Amino acid sequence: MNVIEASGLGKRYGGTWALRECALAIPAGHVTAMVGPNGAGKTTLLNLAVGLATPTTGIVTVLGGYPAGSPAALDGIAFVAQSTPLYRSLSVADMLHLTGNLNRRFDRGYAQARLGELGIPLKRKTGQLSGGQQAQLALTLALARRPRLLVLDEPMAMLDPLARHDFMATVLTAVADDGVSVLLSSHVLAELERVADYLILMSAGRVQVAGEVDDLLACHRVLAGPAAEAAQYAARSRVVHARSGQALAHLLVRTSGPTDPVPPGWDAHPVSLEELTLAYLRAPDAAALPGPVQARNAERAEVAK
Amino acid sequence: MTTLTVPTQPGHDHGLRPVPWRKMAWVTWRQHRPTLISVPALLGAVAVFLWIAGLKVHHDYAAVAACRPFTSSACQALTSSFNRTDWTMANTIDILLQLAPALIGAFAGAPVLARELETGTFRHAWTQGFGRERWTIAKLVLLAIAITAAAEAFSQVFTWFFQPFLGQQSLTVLSATVFDTRGIDFAAWTLVAFTIGALAGMLIRRIIPAMAVTLGAYLGLDLLTWLVLRPHYPLALVTSNSTLFNGSGPSGPSGPPSSPSAPWMLSTWWTGPGGKPANQSVVNQVLALFPHNGGPRVKITPVQAFAQHGITEWWRYIPVSRFWPMQFIEAGWLLALSVLLMAATVWLVRHRAS
Repeated sequence: MNVIEASGLGKRYGGTWALRECALAIPAGHVTAMVGPNGAGKTTLLNLAVGLATPTTGIVTVLGGYPAGSPAALDGIAFVAQSTPLYRSLSVADMLHLTGNLNRRFDRGYAQARLGELGIPLKRKTGQLSGGQQAQLALTLALARRPRLLVLDEPMAMLDPLARHDFMATVLTAVADDGVSVLLSSHVLAELERVADYLILMSAGRVQVAGEVDDLLACHRVLAGPAAEAAQYAARSRVVHARSGQALAHLLVRTSGPTDPVPPGWDAHPVSLEELTLAYLRAPDAAALPGPVQARNAERAEVAK
Repeated sequence: MTTLTVPTQPGHDHGLRPVPWRKMAWVTWRQHRPTLISVPALLGAVAVFLWIAGLKVHHDYAAVAACRPFTSSACQALTSSFNRTDWTMANTIDILLQLAPALIGAFAGAPVLARELETGTFRHAWTQGFGRERWTIAKLVLLAIAITAAAEAFSQVFTWFFQPFLGQQSLTVLSATVFDTRGIDFAAWTLVAFTIGALAGMLIRRIIPAMAVTLGAYLGLDLLTWLVLRPHYPLALVTSNSTLFNGSGPSGPSGPPSSPSAPWMLSTWWTGPGGKPANQSVVNQVLALFPHNGGPRVKITPVQAFAQHGITEWWRYIPVSRFWPMQFIEAGWLLALSVLLMAATVWLVRHRAS
């Protein structure tokens, strides 16, 4: 089952495309990091997936085929929006009661226990909570719905390092306990690197890279060799990003696997997730989606027709 | 990483029972407690004032009505005191009341959606299992019922309070500022103001501008109704029989007599012999004979004067006995408009969320 699947998905606000020709299939059971600079279209894609926005072109389905925003989709997805909007004049207890009233399932016991552990008083108005507490409350409200997919938009942008750590710990506990799939966006990869096992890289309204982190790392590597041969090598293979010094050139290349032959006179090094991400972000045109995802989506699109 | 071993097929949950409507009652109450308390409380406070002031008004009015003989100086003093104090107060309240639905629309209607959109909380509310269209319908309907019911109860109190003033300054139940404070019209206008506010809030997405637009749109609709629509409700009668109008009878341009049962005169015109339009210069000559047009005092009525020239005077009017049909027509289209505005709001919530 794919928790999110999109094909030909586009969203235009006024005259500008916030998202274009997005094809995506995120399998269930992953913690997916959606990374990209500000304005890359991350929030737009998340809004489309949770049904807050309607697509200008294409379709997006969730949880194995439900249209985004349909009753079944709303029932199974919990969304925590950017800067975690809460009703500031309501108390924490009222916020629980309100969210409980708006859903078929709501694990009040879990929510109260969780808030107790965090030391968030039920009687306090949400507007008087600290940023970290507000984020934790929003996350608790989302998890108490027992969703199958948890979508978090820039959840840690406003948090200090300690609060970030606590927040991610809550998320990972839910993943371990309930097997909930998670999709979270950020413009900083560093905070997601340790937790994400699926990566979506976005830039300028397009999905640039999508795939399991292990697969992505396996089929990319850095080649180091004589700068004079760099241009010649670049013409023959899929170079994502090239960095040349006087004598030595570093090429980040996409390979068909770890067994790809290394050209004579060159050294091959494995790539880190951060190197890979930065290389793609520096070369917005150079990269593309890993093959298999596109192919799978194309087949589905055919079947759908 | 693991994948779910039992993939859920679409269709399994198609029998998904929606979250029951009644759950929105608490949500609406908790979120709109300030509105749901303040609107009835304010109207209630004014109603209590009207009740206390109304006791004095009715007492004063009974004294004026019972005073004999009318022309005695004692009675004249009572009448002028009634006009000076009671009528001035009632007239002021009546005029302020014209604004009440607009203010309710601006303060209670506009923020319902604009606040969610302005603060971003719609992202929380509209991604819950209840579904955003149902959420919007439940909120709007519950708030509309509460506010409309409060307005209707209030207008009953005001109607009782204002009863002695019918006949003052040619006021009848069909006068513009009286008609829309009584019957079911005041409640209908309050409802339409609320729905204008809700739609403006959804369109503009900001509380203060939405409130301003609500006030403007409401006043525009009110004026349009008063000046253009209301005279065209299909209830007007046409007559040339001046004896239908009690007492001395109306004399066209001189206006109806000051009586609570005087009809609402819409227009008057003249026809010559054979039903052709009358010669306007002859009409003007006749009209010039009468004191209110600067003419000398004459012994005959305008109807008689016109008859001497073979001219018949016609009136288009609505009798006060048609008050309730007028009310049903106006409240009917206002209700239909309110439903339309609410439907438009829900449509926007569905299609223009983000």
